[in-house]
Amino acid sequence: MSEDQKILDKVTQSEYKWGFESNIESETAPKGLNEDIIRFISEKKNEPAWLLEFRLKSFKAWQKMKSEPAWANIRYTPIDYQDIIYYAAPRKRPQLNSLDELDPEIKSTFDKLGISLEEQNRLANVAVDAVIDSVSVKTTFRDELKKQGIIFCAFSEAVQEHPDLVRKYLGSVVPYTDNFFAALNSAVFSDGSFCYIPKGVRCPMELSTYFRINAAGTGQFERTLIVADEASQVSYLEGCTAPMRDTNQLHAAVVEIYAHDRAQVKYSTVQNWYPGDKHGKGGIFNFVTKRGLALRASKISWTQVETGSAITWKYPSVILKGDDSVGEFYSVALTNNMQQADTGTKMIHLGRNTKSTIISKGISAGKSNNSYRGLVRVSKQAEQARNFSQCDSLLLGDRCGAHTFPYLEIHNPSARVEHEATTSKVGEDQIFYCNQRGLSTEDAIGLIVNGFCKEVFNELPMEFAVEAQKLLAVSLEGSVG
Amino acid sequence: MLDIQNLVAGVEGKQILNGLSLRVKPGEVHAIMGPNGSGKSTLAGVLAGKEGYEVSGSLMFDGKDMAEWSPEERAQAGLFLAFQYPVEIPGVSTANFLKEALNAIRKARGEEPVDSKQFLQLMKSKLALVEMDKEMARRSVNEGFSGGEKKRNEIFQMAMLEPKLCVMDETDSGLDIDALKIVARGVNSLRGEQRSFVIITHYQRLLDYIVPDHVHVLYDGRIVKSGGKELALELEEKGYDWIRDDKQPA
Repeated sequence: MSEDQKILDKVTQSEYKWGFESNIESETAPKGLNEDIIRFISEKKNEPAWLLEFRLKSFKAWQKMKSEPAWANIRYTPIDYQDIIYYAAPRKRPQLNSLDELDPEIKSTFDKLGISLEEQNRLANVAVDAVIDSVSVKTTFRDELKKQGIIFCAFSEAVQEHPDLVRKYLGSVVPYTDNFFAALNSAVFSDGSFCYIPKGVRCPMELSTYFRINAAGTGQFERTLIVADEASQVSYLEGCTAPMRDTNQLHAAVVEIYAHDRAQVKYSTVQNWYPGDKHGKGGIFNFVTKRGLALRASKISWTQVETGSAITWKYPSVILKGDDSVGEFYSVALTNNMQQADTGTKMIHLGRNTKSTIISKGISAGKSNNSYRGLVRVSKQAEQARNFSQCDSLLLGDRCGAHTFPYLEIHNPSARVEHEATTSKVGEDQIFYCNQRGLSTEDAIGLIVNGFCKEVFNELPMEFAVEAQKLLAVSLEGSVG
Repeated sequence: MLDIQNLVAGVEGKQILNGLSLRVKPGEVHAIMGPNGSGKSTLAGVLAGKEGYEVSGSLMFDGKDMAEWSPEERAQAGLFLAFQYPVEIPGVSTANFLKEALNAIRKARGEEPVDSKQFLQLMKSKLALVEMDKEMARRSVNEGFSGGEKKRNEIFQMAMLEPKLCVMDETDSGLDIDALKIVARGVNSLRGEQRSFVIITHYQRLLDYIVPDHVHVLYDGRIVKSGGKELALELEEKGYDWIRDDKQPA
């Protein structure tokens, strides 16, 4: 083994620091999936008939699809959908008026994660919706937001309190027939966040959902729906962690963004689900469908930092339907050990003068595999569409893989589409240069990797950028002394 | 400051340094001159602790045996290497890089980290030494820098980290005369009673501007001749062939 490889091995064999399990009593459905389970979930949540109908239709569509899509550059043992628990909720789930009433175990879980649900967030100007397993346990700052007409609450509450809005937009961007995992989610989703920004309102604080899988053997199927009415603006953050377990857990979420004319939505994710151990045992299977619909002169911007999960399958996309609409995708995907990521975006240009930007940074370490997969489609009527794509890969060591699968479908001759791609390696010479200036090898790799990701981190809200930088360092951290 | 005795070093079984000895006292400037293949860059690499060399002999730095120290431990103890080929680090600004480096060194010495304000002040004063502006410190480390800018950036980093011993590996290579003068002025301003320099070079040119206290000729991996600054001029005039014909122990 070369010296270079030894250094990298030391640095990249890290421990997952969020792997604790909280002792929260939970109520679960029996294993397996059938119509009865779907009725059970719907009943538990006291849902209106139309929603049960939506679930059952989705379930039927899912059954017809038979199997997962096979085109992604990932390998895994088949998922047994009858061996998963589709509903788990913390047992104590009262209507909370203040944080003092929150289950102390839940509160300490979030404290351990470094997410205070209280005062710090007031200072940081972030409203938080905390989701454990399948259920939202606490949403902060609801009343303050309400004064401006902003709705930010658990999805299940939105179903009760704003059924018309939910019914109008649910499935409007990601139909239940969209793909295997979207169909599954539509059938069994349990909770998530709902957000509505009224016309002309600029949301005064960052909205944030924190997802935590806790119970064993469960799948997490959350559903997020963001509706930005005309000329409104909102920035939304999402974070996720899970305990360390030696079995795989399925996470299949759907996020829909509906941006009306001149609205601006910025959606940032720091995904840190448990990635499995260094031999590839355990970890989250993360199959997520995220899509935004952009109407006239609106803008949807996805920023993601993906460091967790055994498997990541995720393509946050924008349908640029309205003229002059803008779509952006900024991504950092880091894979280490045996992790596999197949992630990217789709930019569908339908309107005239639509513009999209794709910046993707893939970092592979250990024996991992990291693929960028992106589609830029310019339809016939999309005059003067523009796209710029840049896909860079950074390799740490020589046992990992980086792959780029760009697809361009251009049906209008006035389109201007650019694609740039690079692959580089963290060199021994770079590390030695940093060492010679007094930096440890661990710090050197952290610095080099963060530099590589800079263009994406610049897009993250301030506090999140700092968190993301630390997360990258920790994800690569090892025992170099 | 630096005491090297009978240093032997090689790469993959091929011996390059063959019993090199050198003593550098605090405040002294030593020039090591030698033709291609004489072991100049190996000496720089071995001093900085670069991996991949098989090394034996005694390496004392500031009274301590540094033979087993890692590159970062040597840097933290005050050894600085100005690289012949400075490395690019995309996306990391020179300012940020140096702040991390400075604080890593301070931490190793049990000192408090510098805050942003102190750092900016320090940076401002040191940038002036090598006629760099703040904009250059904001750019990524060496990325898109010209050859001259890279070398100036090395001297700027040297000034920022305030080492005890500066090893300069062919800093003059690839420099035009204006850049050479700027680099030399920077180095001269850093000379002091407690700081020593080992300047490794092929050509005498740099030594017109940085006047050494001692000049050594490196040949076949050992020092074959030592003298004052006039030795450099003699070498320039007669070339290295003169040494080959007239080899004698130092």
